[in-house]
Amino acid sequence: MTFDRATRRKWFSHGMVVLTGLSIVVVATPLVWIIYETALLGGSVFNVALFTQGIPYPCTPGNGITCHQGGIVVPIEGTLILVGLAALFSVPIGIGAAIASVEYGGQRRWARITGLVADVLSGVPSIVAGAFVYALLILYDPAIVFSTLSGSLALAVLMLPIVTRACEEALRTVPHSVREAAYALGISRWKTSVRIVLVGALPGIVTGILLAIARAAGEAAPLLILLGNGCAHSLQGIQDEGCSLSYWIWLGATNPYQNWANLAWAAALLLVLIILVLSVASRLVLDRMARRMRGG
Amino acid sequence: MALADETAKMEVRGLSAFYGETSAIQDISLKFPDRKVTAIIGPSGCGKSTFIRCLNRLHETTPRTRVEGSVLLDGENLYQMDATFVRRRVGMVFQKPNPFATMSIYNNVSAALRFNSRPSREETDAAVIRSLKQAALWDEVKDRIDSAATGLSGGQQQRLCIARALTANPEVLLMDEPCSALDPIATAKIEELIAQLKNDYTVIIVTHNMQQAARVSDYTAFLYLGKLIEFGPTGDVFERPKEHLTESYITGRFG
Repeated sequence: MTFDRATRRKWFSHGMVVLTGLSIVVVATPLVWIIYETALLGGSVFNVALFTQGIPYPCTPGNGITCHQGGIVVPIEGTLILVGLAALFSVPIGIGAAIASVEYGGQRRWARITGLVADVLSGVPSIVAGAFVYALLILYDPAIVFSTLSGSLALAVLMLPIVTRACEEALRTVPHSVREAAYALGISRWKTSVRIVLVGALPGIVTGILLAIARAAGEAAPLLILLGNGCAHSLQGIQDEGCSLSYWIWLGATNPYQNWANLAWAAALLLVLIILVLSVASRLVLDRMARRMRGG
Repeated sequence: MALADETAKMEVRGLSAFYGETSAIQDISLKFPDRKVTAIIGPSGCGKSTFIRCLNRLHETTPRTRVEGSVLLDGENLYQMDATFVRRRVGMVFQKPNPFATMSIYNNVSAALRFNSRPSREETDAAVIRSLKQAALWDEVKDRIDSAATGLSGGQQQRLCIARALTANPEVLLMDEPCSALDPIATAKIEELIAQLKNDYTVIIVTHNMQQAARVSDYTAFLYLGKLIEFGPTGDVFERPKEHLTESYITGRFG
């Protein structure tokens, strides 16, 4: 059987399609595997108690010992508060920086500087952000170094470049004609920026905030330095030792107790689900709001 | 280039405008008569748009631009006033309809009022109805005043932009090729509207369409390569141009 040139080309083409298809499978495999594994191990303790009870007394069943399952309400609350505070710190500053650079960038020098700062900041390893907040706070007040507050500050540092970048991009997508229309009505530059351009950029901004929150919710490294260990009992104030899902995964996974390990897997599953939901939601928000704003 | 016994609403004196080092218009001087329509004509790139963007100080919102000379509004130099207040007295309608996509029809028309003052609901309602009626759009939109402005047709959007400009209560209305993105029927409506508007406003309209200039304007200024070549009553400019260049342009020998 001899192959002429056209047949060779056809088979080569088919082969490449199969190869590229395979690489999609390879890319998707870890994701599916992680979700499958966490669902399998974390799903076994996925019940109401998980969301209502605190961390149990550490225990491994066997020799007639039965263990209390307990729940991860404390890490869940901890993550919500940490991420909420971090968003509270980073979102206004990020939006402000983006407005300053895009709307008041003037000769574009400021825009470049803000962009560069955001890029460098987003390249800072998260553990370094944790060490930075540690070093900063220990000078100010050693009593609050290990706390939910300090943890949220580190998360805010990590969220800041994501929020700033997303806002900059979103503001840039608002056409210049919108600004001119507002200026031509005698609307001041500040009101144009905040009440017209910013509103037009809202879909992109909300998307950016959601992605930044997803990033912060999954972050563990700085929290290992800064959170102290507030997982064992219910949460106190934000200046006291705290807990988070990521912190709890680390704690449960590195201790030899079966009931803690189970809860760590449950926390892992929950965290993966939260981030999945946030990622999908950010996409939906962008599509939905953008469509509504176009008036469709 | 004297005007026949008209009071000048706006007077331009030695106006030049630059983008970086490039000059777009050079040393233009002329008087816009009160409550008349003045058309600015000339081939593409002759500086028509730049010129009227200097009349409400919009030119300077583009980075690295510069203006020399002065523009007087009722004898007072615009360039010594606050630019934001200048733009409340000198409104503008752009080439492409640019309603605020995030706002309803009502909110578009009332934008100037709502953002620049704290009007009561009654005041806003009254102003929106008045502007929409002035822009001959009220009958077409009164039943969907709270729907998105972007749902309107191109011609309706442009009349919406005119209504929006009128709500700011300007004395002068600048129009930068307001019909170039519209079909002939929508264009005819805007032209009718211009004829109405000159009872209350001084209208300055840039157009590349000479028939339109002849139809709607009382005075015509011809710009070429950034310079004012000829200015006078529209009939004179079109029928008895003084300058050879004007005649060549009007008779279609270039452009």
